[in-house]
Amino acid sequence: MRLPLLALLARGPAHGYELKQDLEQLLGSAYPQPNVGQIYVTLGRLEKSGLIEGEDVEQSSRPNKKVYHLTDAGREALRAWYEETADEPRVRDEFFMKLALAPQTGLVDQIALINRQRRQYLNTMRQLSKLAAAEHRDNRISQLLIEGAMLHLQADLDWLERCQEELEGLP
Amino acid sequence: MSERTAEVLRAEGLVKTHHGEGAPAHAVRGVDLRVARGEFVAITGPSGAGKSTLLHLLGGLQRPDAGSIWLDGVCTDGYGEARWAVERRKRIGIVFQFFNLVSDLSVADNVELPALLAGVPPKKARAGREELLAELGLAGKERSMPGELSGGEQQRVALARALVNHPPLLLADEPAGSLDSKGTREVMRLLSRFHARGQTILLVTHDARLASAADRVISFFDGRIADDAALDGGTPPRRTGTSGVLELKD
Repeated sequence: MRLPLLALLARGPAHGYELKQDLEQLLGSAYPQPNVGQIYVTLGRLEKSGLIEGEDVEQSSRPNKKVYHLTDAGREALRAWYEETADEPRVRDEFFMKLALAPQTGLVDQIALINRQRRQYLNTMRQLSKLAAAEHRDNRISQLLIEGAMLHLQADLDWLERCQEELEGLP
Repeated sequence: MSERTAEVLRAEGLVKTHHGEGAPAHAVRGVDLRVARGEFVAITGPSGAGKSTLLHLLGGLQRPDAGSIWLDGVCTDGYGEARWAVERRKRIGIVFQFFNLVSDLSVADNVELPALLAGVPPKKARAGREELLAELGLAGKERSMPGELSGGEQQRVALARALVNHPPLLLADEPAGSLDSKGTREVMRLLSRFHARGQTILLVTHDARLASAADRVISFFDGRIADDAALDGGTPPRRTGTSGVLELKD
């Protein structure tokens, strides 16, 4: 959450609640309702490490709010973030270990394991379809996020299919 | 019309082996299947698993080597080519991967033709066509020729043609197989919409995104049903569901 917050602050100063709303609006319903507490905690850490600075702003009828802005170090950290490419997603390790070790345990049939996992992925896929249908069509970022999740899941399902093709009929 | 049973489609012991060059290919190896009225069933599996052959058997486009098929509770064992053609006009609508529109007929004629062949009066066929094309966002394309349309549009015309006689059963064979991501979503949306209105649909696809529009998914491997699962979407796994698509770390 640290770097997304820095990225939001690159546009200009903002307070914690504004940042929460900006994230919500940008990412839509695919984003877990951001926990405002988590945002404040993260902002506190960013300030401690000198990447942002907060300034108390007085409000007439409410407690002061703290408006944060990016420091030069913060801008540098953000630049470095954009310099590096992100890690590629990994194969579902836990399921793979279960599958690989299943014959040795004698506890479960590999095909049954695959079928069960497929049911879960398909149900998740259905939820994502519903999410995409419910999300505003014009929210491109949110739609792309959901589509990305669906394509990853599609790849996982294709891979389950490959596992099943290879393992079906083996003793 | 026949009595309305709860089962639109039933198959028992279906077997189909293709004898081409080389070893015989066991495309369908003993399939039992029941589809209830109003269900939306997807059959998924790797290419070559035999799922398209199964769909062809269910639509009477190929005959099984063994086994029987019931449409609306009526056994089709004795049906010949001509009788199946009638069933495909009245009781079964089919859409294919490559649309299979008649290329030298206009969009309007492609859609009206099956209605006219089924004995629907021209006025009524025209009204049905107009309604469906409007519904599918194709108003204004009546006079276009299929070749002038995009893939997604052609598939929508094919869907209109398949549904113009209000068949109790819609069979769809990789309907998004030659469409891009946007076209796929469009097909998905339309199938869901017709299903929501009570259309029974049996869909064959290798695309899990498309399959997830169905409320029951059959996994087909090596000519057999490997799994048959109802999708309720109601057991949100950890981390996912409406809120877990994206995870931001601390």
